[in-house]
Amino acid sequence: MFYFCAMPRTLSAPVTVAFDYTRSTGPVLGRFLAGLRDGVVMGGRTSEGKVVVPPPEFDPVTHAALEDFVEVADTGTVTSWTWVPEPVNGQPLDRPFAFALVTLDGADAPLLHALDVDSPADVETGLRVRVRWRAERTGDITDIECFEPLPEGESGSTVQARETVDPVTGIVVPIELDYLYAASPEESLFYTSLSEGKLVGQRCPSCGKVYIPPRSACPADGTPTAEEVELPDTGTVTTFCVVNVPFLGQRITPPYVSAYILLDGADIAFLHLILDIPAEEVRMGMRVKAVWKPREEWGTTIENISHFAPTGEPDADYESYRVHL
Amino acid sequence: MRDVAVVGFAQRQMAEFDGSPTCVELLVPLFAECYEQTGWTRRDVGFWCSGSSDYLAGRSFSFVSAVDAIGVIPPVNESHVEMDLAWAMYEAWLKIQTGEVDTALVYAFGKSSAGVLRRTLSLQLDPYTMTPLWPDTVSLAGLQARAGIDAGLWDERAMAEVANRSLTDAEKNEYAIRKGGSSVEELLARPVYADPLRKHDCAPVTDGAAALVLAAGDKAREVCERPAWIRSLTHFVDPMSMGTRDLTRAPSAQRAGAGADLDGVEVAELHAPFSHQELILRTELGLGDDVRINPSGGALASNPMFSAGGIRVGEAAKRIWSGEASKALGHATSGPALQQNLVCVLASEGTDD
Repeated sequence: MFYFCAMPRTLSAPVTVAFDYTRSTGPVLGRFLAGLRDGVVMGGRTSEGKVVVPPPEFDPVTHAALEDFVEVADTGTVTSWTWVPEPVNGQPLDRPFAFALVTLDGADAPLLHALDVDSPADVETGLRVRVRWRAERTGDITDIECFEPLPEGESGSTVQARETVDPVTGIVVPIELDYLYAASPEESLFYTSLSEGKLVGQRCPSCGKVYIPPRSACPADGTPTAEEVELPDTGTVTTFCVVNVPFLGQRITPPYVSAYILLDGADIAFLHLILDIPAEEVRMGMRVKAVWKPREEWGTTIENISHFAPTGEPDADYESYRVHL
Repeated sequence: MRDVAVVGFAQRQMAEFDGSPTCVELLVPLFAECYEQTGWTRRDVGFWCSGSSDYLAGRSFSFVSAVDAIGVIPPVNESHVEMDLAWAMYEAWLKIQTGEVDTALVYAFGKSSAGVLRRTLSLQLDPYTMTPLWPDTVSLAGLQARAGIDAGLWDERAMAEVANRSLTDAEKNEYAIRKGGSSVEELLARPVYADPLRKHDCAPVTDGAAALVLAAGDKAREVCERPAWIRSLTHFVDPMSMGTRDLTRAPSAQRAGAGADLDGVEVAELHAPFSHQELILRTELGLGDDVRINPSGGALASNPMFSAGGIRVGEAAKRIWSGEASKALGHATSGPALQQNLVCVLASEGTDD
């Protein structure tokens, strides 16, 4: 459901888009991440003899697959840093911190990670730091919680060669992004009208086609559509599908019908549900009418219409909707 | 090679676009401006290419919705890149070089303000070792700025000089969303934000869209009194890792510049979303003190994602059209800390002239 925000011309609503990316790691990153899981930082030696962390999958000069792994210390030196006064969601620390490039002892190239210090005054280039390991490690870059300053007088841990390594083969990276999603002015008109029980589309001044929901421009000729057209809540099923497959978030028990409905007077069909009829009886050309939810449940949403149901009228001629398929 | 010129340019830039992230209603008037500049209709455009990203829009297939602004009956020859307008232009330039088409309109759009831009851009990083840490754009630029300060290559004063000149020049740019220069001293007196960066060292979050029109040979001469001929168009990319490249340099910019005909460039529009990045680019491209940098105010005045690079090319083209310059450079960047760089050299004379 949309609501009016501070900018009154359009409706907007918060939207969160999230997906857990499953990624295979391959032999090089798999080895690096296995090291993190085991509490060891693994670098790769390039053809030029440099130890790079994380190890590159292919040599930057010869382009050969990298095979020479080197364990480096979990202590190192800050080579650059920047203050993060307003951390964003998902960063290693939820209070102000520094991002730092840290060249670990035994490595020749720095690793990017967070550095936990209270203020910019507590960090400088050249600062000695060590890895703060996460207690529960899974084989992920976040197994390093962050870096922390190395207490004075303490030296780094000694590197111990591993005898066997069980490489990580895959990781899951959850991605979640928050937006304030705005409707276009035309879409805003459509949703505002719905909250009053009306279906409002727009007509293209060039070709005369009526679009519902209205679009900012006629997709046929690119002309802005300005003229508002109120449409009835009756129409014709142009095409449909029977949903038999359950999916996450499904609100109706399958089988049920999702159909393209061409409202009378419209030139474009839109998707809605066909209920109050067995799925196997739904057909192309069937005449339908909107079944509205009780008025007190209406908002600025297409869900004000619960579904469409058969009117009982004779089916529409194929010719009457052929061009709208 | 066919002689191809930039013959049209339109832009809109704003702090917050009050509308859908498909930006159709922004694009319709932009295309209208391009038609007016060329006297064409949409049917005179041989090829269309857009630049945008669904990650920015927060919805799927935003570039398909944007095609509404063109009108596709009869069907159009159309493509899309998830890159800046400048790279959409590169694709169109190649298309014209193949001889398949003579004209192109390229456009880009983005509503950066719909999400948290500096966070969203973490998704362009290495998905195994970087994105899980959500390194934001400002932080990555801060690491680069510090590296140069530590190396003695620039200082906060040099960065403030870039910002002050940009904000002063932006006063004459109706599309700039941050403008008003003061003095280097005043800028340095402002608080440090993401140490070592102050807010004026960072491009403002900007919504917007832009379009460029390209035409080959006589098609260009027909519609433009003084076409901005593309003399060079090159782009290169550096490794993404922040650890394996010298952050004080942009080798891909240097290579792009080395592959371009930069002799006699009078004006350069550099796409530097952070003040120190302009200093890097000037060095990598070998631009002397006699080259006028960013008369538009540049990216520190407004930086709409996916169109700001192409806007640099459009601003450079305007200097050619007006006769103010006979050779101008437009530069675009993409990726973290100047990872990818494109150089476009425009001149009042084509190679055939």
